[in-house]
Amino acid sequence: MNAVVYAKAASRHLLSGNEAVARAAWEAGARVAAAYPGTPATEILEYIATYPDIYSEWSVNEKVAVEVAIGASLAGSRALAAMKHVGMNVASDAFMTQSLAGVVGGLVIVVADDVGLSSSQNEQDSRYWGRFGHMPILEPADSQEAYMMVKQAFDLSEEYEVPVIVRMTTRVCHVKAMVEFTGERIERRAPGFQKNPQRWVMTPANAKPRLPLMHERDQTLRQVAEASDLNETFKGSDRRIGFVTSGPAFMHVRETFPNAPVLKLGFTCPAPIDQIRTFAGTVDTLVVVEETEPLLETEIRAAGIAVRGKDVLPRFGELAPSVLRPAIKPLLNEPYAVPNRAQTDVFPRPPTMCASCPHLGPYFALSHIRNLNIIGDIGCYTLGAGHPWNALDTCTCMGASLSMAHGMDKGRGESDEKKHMVAVIGDSTFLHMGMQGLLNMVYNRGNVTVLLLDNRSVGMTGGQENPGTGEDLHGLAAPRVDFAKLVEALGVRPERIRMVDPYELPTMVKLVREETKMEEPSVIITNRPCSLTDRFEKFRAYSVIDEKCTGCGNCIDLGCPAIFVDRRETVTAKNGKNKELVFARIDANACTGCHMCVETCAPEAIVQPPLSNRVIRIQPHA
Amino acid sequence: MLDRITNILVVGIGGQGVMTAAEMLARTAMSQGYDVKKTEVAGMAQRGGVVSSHVRFGPKVYSPQIDAGEADLLIGFEAAEALRWLPWLRPIGVAMVNTLRIAPPIVSAGLYDYPADPIGALATFGIEAHAFDAGAIADELGNAKLVNTIMLGAISDCLPFPADALKACIVEGFRAYKPKLAEINAQAFDAGRQAGHA
Repeated sequence: MNAVVYAKAASRHLLSGNEAVARAAWEAGARVAAAYPGTPATEILEYIATYPDIYSEWSVNEKVAVEVAIGASLAGSRALAAMKHVGMNVASDAFMTQSLAGVVGGLVIVVADDVGLSSSQNEQDSRYWGRFGHMPILEPADSQEAYMMVKQAFDLSEEYEVPVIVRMTTRVCHVKAMVEFTGERIERRAPGFQKNPQRWVMTPANAKPRLPLMHERDQTLRQVAEASDLNETFKGSDRRIGFVTSGPAFMHVRETFPNAPVLKLGFTCPAPIDQIRTFAGTVDTLVVVEETEPLLETEIRAAGIAVRGKDVLPRFGELAPSVLRPAIKPLLNEPYAVPNRAQTDVFPRPPTMCASCPHLGPYFALSHIRNLNIIGDIGCYTLGAGHPWNALDTCTCMGASLSMAHGMDKGRGESDEKKHMVAVIGDSTFLHMGMQGLLNMVYNRGNVTVLLLDNRSVGMTGGQENPGTGEDLHGLAAPRVDFAKLVEALGVRPERIRMVDPYELPTMVKLVREETKMEEPSVIITNRPCSLTDRFEKFRAYSVIDEKCTGCGNCIDLGCPAIFVDRRETVTAKNGKNKELVFARIDANACTGCHMCVETCAPEAIVQPPLSNRVIRIQPHA
Repeated sequence: MLDRITNILVVGIGGQGVMTAAEMLARTAMSQGYDVKKTEVAGMAQRGGVVSSHVRFGPKVYSPQIDAGEADLLIGFEAAEALRWLPWLRPIGVAMVNTLRIAPPIVSAGLYDYPADPIGALATFGIEAHAFDAGAIADELGNAKLVNTIMLGAISDCLPFPADALKACIVEGFRAYKPKLAEINAQAFDAGRQAGHA
């Protein structure tokens, strides 16, 4: 339950940036919102879903989400699409042209850059898209600003008939801060779609006349930026350095150099160059502090204003006080010594798969089969690259596993001669962008074994729904895609479509062996739900009978975090070689009784303490 | 009301309730009239990774992050995690640590060692460190999930506002959403408060 739904104007709340965006969209009268989950933007739609006045959906990918929002906008409704930074790449085809055609109802694209790269495959600066697509960008620094700017973004979008980008970062999305509401929902009338082919049918003849209009709009928006109250000057007593900054970097600048003058930009594209020039005239040295690429800096320099920035500041990562201090102090001719602090040496604790995770079975199988090139995808199963499986060889972007594996098959090199190509992809990623890769592979007579790990959720982002789960964003029953029928329809022969319970390790291993030997596309589909979702049924914990454990360590190879090593012993084998025995235990609080480890234990040392007959409920698959 | 910023770092492992504990501290500080910011990087935290939650409050808070060497209070939900984040604590800071030890799979596999005596190691840095077995207290009270409230009780007398304000925030939260658990959490808070003084 979202406590701020219907909270009154002037009330104050502790909200994350994502919650603030949702509230702002509601107040602004948004009628449609769409997104595909992606850290750190996922919660925006989850919060919007709690406002009944907005139609909201999980779309199958970001391009679809933006197109849904565009359609709503053309009908005159205010609409919002939210995504993480890499989602913008997927969505770009849609907004690059719609920016030319324009919009009707306010259209806001909220993008969350993972500055600091905490949960993504790259760190990219989405502010380029504003320049590339001729769309204004607003950059909030905290929750209050996210709230104010999303509301303003809808007004701007409608007034200038242009999609508006609100650029968030992890440190806005996931920081909770005080927000004071300034209003409540204002319902807006949607006039409906007004047919106008010259405007909306982007053939060359219709698109061409839009080009000068788009460039004129840029000029107008530059004037709007110059006058915008989202750009604010903070006077400072120490005028040796004046900072131009945006987003959370502003907070770090204020924290680190409280007496320095600051021009804080909220409306950053088109950049208000005149305002910056005036500000530059009041300080000795102008320094731009922006995350992550030197976009403003380059534009300021191109305008003939002397400026510093990335010559002293890093071009990646967060510009936290600990980064600013050593970079800026030398410019002030002030000494900076790295503080002498306590150092502790503690083992790393990388993310792992969970107890009973249905991906453990497939990775156990993959790690026990030689001669595989395993091409991965985006999801929890990317963790298969880590210990103890070491059974994932690439990870690039959503859906890439199938097409890259196909390309590697076609472009086999010397060391690949006897290799089998395997693609590993999850249910949601397959529906997002993987289907095309499979269709392509079948059509072009490829030879890849696909492991479609269907855990009935978007696991990595916290278990969201998708068209394969049978529920929608609101938890309501929804049509559920049948993966077996889907891959058959894409052209995989029925004999090569294998359904498997990933907990049945021997079957899992056997199937992967069999299918990788086939000279045609095959798809192995697993059918156990993510163990962190409500669909997972927990069973009683197992335990190890100490006297029976021989220390073989096979169960450890599973990589289940509920299994730990109790003690190690080194023994000399008959051939004279030393062998290390590891005696395992199971953490009863962590074990959820999936029984996978039982199948790795030859001496039958892993048992369920007797209570009653265990009931195995297999999830029927469609 | 304190005129400087208070920095509290809550650390542990995904799923332990670190973020909830930080949320309680932030809400209480807000109720006391402070400006508050709370942040964490939690993208992959639920997969058994490290979680650190930063809570900052004062008359006006800009940056949400606590710098190394700037935390007034370090709340460790797991022993090795407390040791990992020790450099974030001020030399005059206080560490409140649950003695629970959780070894990740890479330690089980023998690739790394779990520190033999993380609590003892904490003490060698000259900071004020308190350690106790919050899990044992939770078990006595009959619910392992109470560790969170016990840890909050334990640090409640190190805060620039009354311990009862934090207790009220926690208990009222339960009263609103899970009323059956309100009373047991009040008890857990008091038990933790006592343990924190030991």
